[in-house]
Amino acid sequence: MEEIYAKFVSQKISKTRWRPVPPGSLQTAETFAIGSWDNEENSVSLWSIGDFGNMDSDGGFEGDHQLLCDIKHHGDVMDLQFFDQERIVAASSTGCVTVFLHHPNNQTLSVSQQWKAAHHHTGPGSPTYSSAPCTGIVCDNPEIVTVGEDGRINLFRIDHKEAVRTIDNADSSTLHAVTFLRTPEIVTVNSIGQLKIWDFRQQGNEPCQILSLTGDRVPLHCVDRHPNQQHVVATGGQDGMLSIWDVRQGTMPVSLLKAHEAEMWEVHFHPSKPDHLFTCSEDGSLWHWDASTDMPEKSSLFHQGGRSSTFLSHSISSQANVHQSLITFWLSTDTAKDRLEITSLLPKRTLSVNSLDVLGPCLVCGTDAEAIYVTRQLFS
Amino acid sequence: MLGQEQQLICVNSKKKQMCFEWGPGEMLVCETSFNKTDKSEKVPSCPFIYLIRKDVDVYSHILRKLFNESHGIFVGLQRIEEELTGKSRKTQLVRVSKNYRSVIRACMEEMHQLAIASKDPACGHQFSSQVSILSAMELIWNLCEILFIEVAPAGPLLLHLLDWVRLHVCEVDSLSADVLGSENPSKHESFWNLVTVLVLQGRLDEARQMLSKEADANPPSAGMCHILGDLMRTMPILSPGNTQTLTELELKWQHWREECERHLQDNTFAASPHLESLCKIMLGDEATLLEQKELLSNWYHFLVTRLLYSNPTVKPIDLHFYAQSSLDMFLGGESSPEPLDNILMAAFEFDIHQVIKECSIALSNWWFVAHLTDLLDHCRLLQSHNLYFGSNMREFLLLEYASGLFAHHSLWQLGVDYFDYCPELGRVSLELHIERIPLNTEQKALKVLRICEQRQMTEQVRSICKILAMKAVRNNRLGSALSWSIRAKDAAFATLVSDRFLRDYCERGCFSDLDLIDNLGPAMMLSDRLTFLGKYREFHRLYGEKRFADAASLLLSLMTSQIAPRSFWMTLLTDALPLLEQKQVIFSAEQTYELMRCLEDLASKKPESGQPDAQRLQDDIETTKVEMLRLALARNLARAIIREGSLEGS
Repeated sequence: MEEIYAKFVSQKISKTRWRPVPPGSLQTAETFAIGSWDNEENSVSLWSIGDFGNMDSDGGFEGDHQLLCDIKHHGDVMDLQFFDQERIVAASSTGCVTVFLHHPNNQTLSVSQQWKAAHHHTGPGSPTYSSAPCTGIVCDNPEIVTVGEDGRINLFRIDHKEAVRTIDNADSSTLHAVTFLRTPEIVTVNSIGQLKIWDFRQQGNEPCQILSLTGDRVPLHCVDRHPNQQHVVATGGQDGMLSIWDVRQGTMPVSLLKAHEAEMWEVHFHPSKPDHLFTCSEDGSLWHWDASTDMPEKSSLFHQGGRSSTFLSHSISSQANVHQSLITFWLSTDTAKDRLEITSLLPKRTLSVNSLDVLGPCLVCGTDAEAIYVTRQLFS
Repeated sequence: MLGQEQQLICVNSKKKQMCFEWGPGEMLVCETSFNKTDKSEKVPSCPFIYLIRKDVDVYSHILRKLFNESHGIFVGLQRIEEELTGKSRKTQLVRVSKNYRSVIRACMEEMHQLAIASKDPACGHQFSSQVSILSAMELIWNLCEILFIEVAPAGPLLLHLLDWVRLHVCEVDSLSADVLGSENPSKHESFWNLVTVLVLQGRLDEARQMLSKEADANPPSAGMCHILGDLMRTMPILSPGNTQTLTELELKWQHWREECERHLQDNTFAASPHLESLCKIMLGDEATLLEQKELLSNWYHFLVTRLLYSNPTVKPIDLHFYAQSSLDMFLGGESSPEPLDNILMAAFEFDIHQVIKECSIALSNWWFVAHLTDLLDHCRLLQSHNLYFGSNMREFLLLEYASGLFAHHSLWQLGVDYFDYCPELGRVSLELHIERIPLNTEQKALKVLRICEQRQMTEQVRSICKILAMKAVRNNRLGSALSWSIRAKDAAFATLVSDRFLRDYCERGCFSDLDLIDNLGPAMMLSDRLTFLGKYREFHRLYGEKRFADAASLLLSLMTSQIAPRSFWMTLLTDALPLLEQKQVIFSAEQTYELMRCLEDLASKKPESGQPDAQRLQDDIETTKVEMLRLALARNLARAIIREGSLEGS
C-alpha cells in the first residue's frame, strides 16, 4: 500500500513542483518547490523530503519535510515551474513573472530576473495599466511562455529583458493554462471551453487551430501533453471532467471521462509512464488513473525469451507492441475505459487540492487546508 | 476574550470625539483622544486610531496548523454522525477526542521548540506563554474526555485519572533520566525525590527497581527495601483484562492496606525516614502527602494520589467531594484558586456548562470551546440547554469561531464548513460573510462561487458574477464580461455588454472576440440583444462564406422579428446594400417589400431632435443613405418581379 505523508505548513498552497533530476542520473526526486496564495504575505519556498522511507519506527519526525529556504513573493503564486535545476519561474496575481535563483551553497533564493506587468489590462480611455493576474507558465529552455486573465500570450527568453513576442487579445476570455505541443507550438485552454493551438512561427494574432467542447462552454482549467505522443492532450474542466484530445484530427475531444465533482485544477501524465495519469480537484480529491492494467499479459510474452540470445530482439518487438497499446489507449473509445483503474490517493476529503506533481515514483500535492502530501512509492 | 491593540495611523486632526466602528469581521476600529503610554507624549495633540482584534490567536502562524488540522477532524466527526450507534459510538467519539488532543500536543511541541530556539527574549516569552495555554487546554480537554466522553465507571475511572496526571506532570521523566544516567544513582541528590514521585504517580514497578538499586548500594537497608518492594508488588490494582469484580478488588485492597499499616506500627521502616514516608504515602496519609507539595506540584495530582491510596474504587459522583477537599487542603488558605482550578473543579462537579463558560472567559480563542462543545454535543450532553438568543450553545460558539476565521485573510475557507454545520443561523451567516471576501483573481472567485453554488446560494452567485463582469468591463475585457454575465444568467448585463460589442463594431467595422461570439450556443437566448449579437455575427459569417440567400433571409428576419434594436436597423439595411447590388437576385419580391416597409417605418419615425448643426450633418448623411437604399430596393424589386414572373411563366 502506498504511504502518503502529510505536513501542515501554515500557508495555503497553490502550486507544488518537483525539482527536475539531472538527465541520466539515477537520483530520485528529493527537492520540491511550493508557492502559496491568499496569504497576507505569500512566498515561494524549497523543501527537501525527509528520509522517511528508511527511518526506523521510533524516529519522532518521520515523514517530515524540511524547509530549505523561502523568499517573499508579491501577490498570489498562480503558477510555478522549474526552468532548470537552479531556476524557478513564478507567475503572480499582480501580473508579474519572476525568475528565482536557488543558491545551494548557502541555501537562499534570490530574484534573478523579473518581468513586471507582463500581464495587464488596458482600461477604456486610460493609458494606465491595471495589472492582470498571470495564470500559467510553461518553460522550455531558453523560452518561457506565459498566459493571463488579460487574454495575452507572452514569449520570453531567459536572457532578454523584454518579451520576444506578445500576442495581445489572443483570447477574448481568461486563459487558464498553457503547455508546449512541439517546440514552436503551444496549446492554451480558456474559460469558455476552448483549446487553441498557436504557432510562434506564424505572424498575426490568430491561433492556427481551435478545438472546443460542444455546447456548454465549460471552462477548462488545466492542460497536459502526452510525453511521447505529442498530439495527445489531456485537459480538466470546471465540471471535473477529464477530456482527451487528438489535436491532429477533429475539433472536439476524443473522449470525455467523468471524474471529479468540482473544478479539476491540474492534470499530469506521468513523465516516464504515460499510461498513468494524475488529477486533482477543488472537491479535495487526488486521483491516479492507471491504464496499464492489461500490461501483465503483454509482458509475459516478454519473459518467454528467458536468457536466450533471442531475448534482445524479442524484447524490443514486444516492447514496441506494448508501446502500441499505449498510443492507442488514451485515444480509444468506450470499450477501453473498462481497463482504466482509478485510485484515490488522499485518505479523506477536505479542502481543495490545488496542485500536484509527479516525478519517478514520487508525488507531491498541496491543498487549501495548508497541508503538503508526499508519497515516494507510487507504483509499489 | 482578550483583545489586541494595534496602532494603525496617527491622525493629526484636532481632538475629536471618540467613536467606535465595527469593522469587517471581528475588528473594532476606534478613535481615541488619549494616549496609552508616555512614549507618545512628544505628539500630545494627536489622537490615534486603534485596530482591535477580538480573536488574536487566529493570527498566530503556528496555531494555523491547529485550525487546519482540527477542521479536518471536525468535518469528519459531523460526517460520521449518522453511522454512530451504540457501543461503537463511544469508542469513535473517544477516538475523535484523542485526535483533537494529539493536534493540540503537536502544536504545543512545535511552539515549545520555537520558544527554546527563539533568540529574542520577548518573542520567546510569548511562545512559552502560548505553550502553557495550549498545555492547559489539553489538560482540560483530557479531563473532559475521561469524565464526559469515556464516562469511566468506578475502578477504571481512577486508572484514567492516573494516566491523566502522568501525562501532564511529566518532569519525572527527565528527572529519572538524570538520576539513572549518573554513575551511582542511589547517591544522586534527587534519588529519593524520584522514588517519591514514582510512588505518588502510582508507578510502583519503576519505584521497586529504584529501591533494589538502593538495596544493592546500601546493604544495611536491603531488608527494609525488600519489604517495601514486596508491598509495592502486591498492591492490588484493577487491570483492564481482569475479570475480578470491584468487591473482590476492594477486599484484596483492604487486606493489603492492613498489611501496610502493620508494618508501620511495627516500626519496620523506623531506621529509614525515606522508606517510612513512602509507606505512609502508600497508606494515603494526607499529612505526609501534603509534605510533598513541591513534588506533587498541583492540587489535582494530590487528589489523584490521595484517591489511589485511600479510595481506589471512587465513584464518579463522589469525585467532586474529594476534589473540593483536595483543593482546599492543597491551597491551605494561602492562595485563592486560579481560573484553571475553577475549570477543573467544574469538570469534577460534572457541570459542563460551567466548564465551557469558564473556558470562554479564560482562554484567548474560540477554538477550544467551539470544538469541545461540539464534541460534547455529539455525546448528547447538551441537548437541554438553550440560550435566550439565537440558537443553542454549540451553534453559538461555532458561529463565533467561524466568524473569527472569516475575519482572517486566508482562513476563511475553513469557516465555511463550520457554518454548514450550524443548522439555524449558519447559512445566513455564511451568506453575509461570503460576499465580503475580496476577489483579486478569477481563481479565487471560482472557489468562492463553488462554495455558493454547492449551497444553492443563487443570490450570492449572481452578485459575485456581476462583480466580475463589471470588473471585466472596466478592464475592457468584453468577452470575459459576457462569459460572467452568462454564468450569472444576468440578462440585463448581457444586454449591456452586447451593446458594447455592437457599438465597437459600428466604430471599428469588425467584431472582436469572435471565438466567444461564434460559440455562444444556447446561451445566446439569455437576452434579446445577445441573441441579436450572435445572429448578426452569423449573418456576417454566412456573407463571408458567400451563402447570400441564407444571409439575406437571416438579415430580414432580424428586423421583422423585432430582435434587432431599432437603433441598429439602419446599419442592417446598409448591410443589405451589397446584397441588393449582387448580380443575381437574392431578395425575393416579397422580401424586398418587407425591407421597404422596414425602411419607411424607420424613416417616418425619425425623432425630432434639438442639436442643430451636428444633427443636420448627420441628417444629410442619413437622407443620402435612405435615398440610396430606396433606389437599390426599387431596382431589386424590379429585377425580382421580372425573375419571378419569368420563372413562373416558364
